[in-house]
Amino acid sequence: MSGLLSCNMNDSWGNVCQPRQVQSTLNWRTDVLPAADKKLVVGNRRSYGDVCINDGGAIIDATGLNRFISFDKATGLVRCEAGVTLWQVAKLVVPHGWFLPVTPGTGFVTVAGAVANDVHGKNHHVAGSFGCFVKKFQLRRSNGDELLCSESENADFFAATIGGLGLTGFIGWVELALKPIEQSKMAVESVSYSTYEEFLALSGESEKTHEYCVSWIDCLDKSGRGVFFRGNHADEGGLDADLDTSKRSVPAVVGAGFPLVNRLSVNLFNAAYIRAHSGNRQYTETIAKFFYPLDSLLNWNRIYGRKGFYQFQCVVPQENTEILTEAFARISAANQGSFLSVLKTMGTITSPALLSFCRPGVTLAIDFPNRGNKTRQLLLALEELVMQAGGAIYPAKDATMSAATFEKSFPKLAEYTQFVDPAFTSSFWQRVNT
Amino acid sequence: MKNLLILGATSGISQAYLNRVADRCEKIVLVARSAEKLQQLGEHVSTLSKASVTTLVFDLADAKEHEKLMSKVTETMGAIDCALVSYGELTDQARCASDPAYAMEQFNLNGTSTVSLSLHLSNQLVKQGSGTLAVIGSVAGDRGRRSNYCYGAAKSAVESFLAGLRSDMQKHRVHVLTIKPGFVDTPMTSSFKKGALWASADKVAADIDIAITKKKSVLYTPWFWRYIMLIIKCIPEFIFKKLPL
Repeated sequence: MSGLLSCNMNDSWGNVCQPRQVQSTLNWRTDVLPAADKKLVVGNRRSYGDVCINDGGAIIDATGLNRFISFDKATGLVRCEAGVTLWQVAKLVVPHGWFLPVTPGTGFVTVAGAVANDVHGKNHHVAGSFGCFVKKFQLRRSNGDELLCSESENADFFAATIGGLGLTGFIGWVELALKPIEQSKMAVESVSYSTYEEFLALSGESEKTHEYCVSWIDCLDKSGRGVFFRGNHADEGGLDADLDTSKRSVPAVVGAGFPLVNRLSVNLFNAAYIRAHSGNRQYTETIAKFFYPLDSLLNWNRIYGRKGFYQFQCVVPQENTEILTEAFARISAANQGSFLSVLKTMGTITSPALLSFCRPGVTLAIDFPNRGNKTRQLLLALEELVMQAGGAIYPAKDATMSAATFEKSFPKLAEYTQFVDPAFTSSFWQRVNT
Repeated sequence: MKNLLILGATSGISQAYLNRVADRCEKIVLVARSAEKLQQLGEHVSTLSKASVTTLVFDLADAKEHEKLMSKVTETMGAIDCALVSYGELTDQARCASDPAYAMEQFNLNGTSTVSLSLHLSNQLVKQGSGTLAVIGSVAGDRGRRSNYCYGAAKSAVESFLAGLRSDMQKHRVHVLTIKPGFVDTPMTSSFKKGALWASADKVAADIDIAITKKKSVLYTPWFWRYIMLIIKCIPEFIFKKLPL
């Protein structure tokens, strides 16, 4: 009963880690960092795997640090505490003609989380990653040092902390350069495609005309059918913050039970999704709907039941993307995969991050319901394919990659490691830092 | 609501409420004990809202200071459209038995001082002939339970007082709202294991916002606590005294 009633606030978004960790909170900028020698400060824990998990250590929840410090409406510089979410930022700045320069597919991530994972969005091909827009932040180290970091000040810590997975210390506050917008509505076009080659052609052509490009792909279809979405900020509609989505929630009982995701439900969903988006459609929609479609269904991760799910996201260089066709074949043969599979090309703009996942190529993200060993074996096979192609796996999504893969994925790892705070660690770090 | 006064502004519920309503206000006065926290909150509210934001450092448990506080407040904002009283501490029940002085201090913080403050505020609202006094009580005030009856008794005192005040204020067109939250996930309760009955401060703040706008008398938040407490109040004493509640 207590298992049913108590929510697992402890785990990451994928719910596969089930850690034992000592919890505490930070609520004010002046709060002292707990003295534990194996600690990790986390935000909303929207990472899927174990970068926001600290099994056997102390986990410090900084979501209480959710205040703004300043917002300059003329220059579009916003400074806020670590735990402010991207939703909060959007709600504050959109009515004044500004928007997040880069945003991932959920607004529930915190600003410091977005820095620590150097997240990317649908505009990577023209904007780069989140780290490209971070102007300054405060880094609190376990020895009591409070470092102001920017491109000109403590530049080494600046580069190590962006994409640094929260291990270089605690990011107390962040200053971010926003992007000006004229209108808050989005002009969107969806185009269905039936092969992976068509996706590449659509990407190439759309990236010249559209600021935001992303594609949903049917992961159980070997030929690679899917729907391509491309969008720009609309020419009319005014600056309406209209960011309130309906807040339905998947009940806790579902999260405690069996997964609702299986071959049958995925096939039915994918067929229906393709039918609903057949041909070419143009429409306008709100920022909330375009950028954060899943945020209107709270706790959607509960559809994967008690055992949770893995997410796999990789990027492979443009010249080796045939490996993705092979990956789809393996996924389909293994009868795994889920509703949400995303394919997108990434551009050449890089952030200062030493450990940025973002690099030119094609990135693929897929959810896998946790079926134990079967799923982990598939993940291992996919990992091998990515390594053959000279690609990388995204730590924010990962719960299984090997130390060797991590090292190969991030050539500046040795340089980064020097800046890791000796009192900070995570389950991810314990796994890959051997 | 143009002029908003928050007493105990750094509490989790106050902050969530401010996040919701700050941009609808013209003047906001924030009162709390810690200058450090108040400054951080002040910056935040000033960023969120075009309202003029004033912070006043006061120890609200000290009833002798209430008069001085009230004159500062009225000097700063003129008329008060809404005053939210939202300070207090969760009393350590186990400590009360061995430390009666602590129990009395807590009773003053959560109970008596709130009565004093409510009187000062309602006098001001009577002078204006309008306004809302919203006070955070607790479902714990509905019946003394062995796990937290010192806290519950203080809240109970406040709630009985408010029930009378509400009736008394009818003729002055002053609205008095008693807010009775259940388990709320805030820094005050950070050491508790959270379960299905727990609500976020934001959910509670949303309910408070509606109750103030609609001039409700008693708000249980989330709503189901009204029924849980109804059942708890109905249990006969000879059974109740044996329950480990």
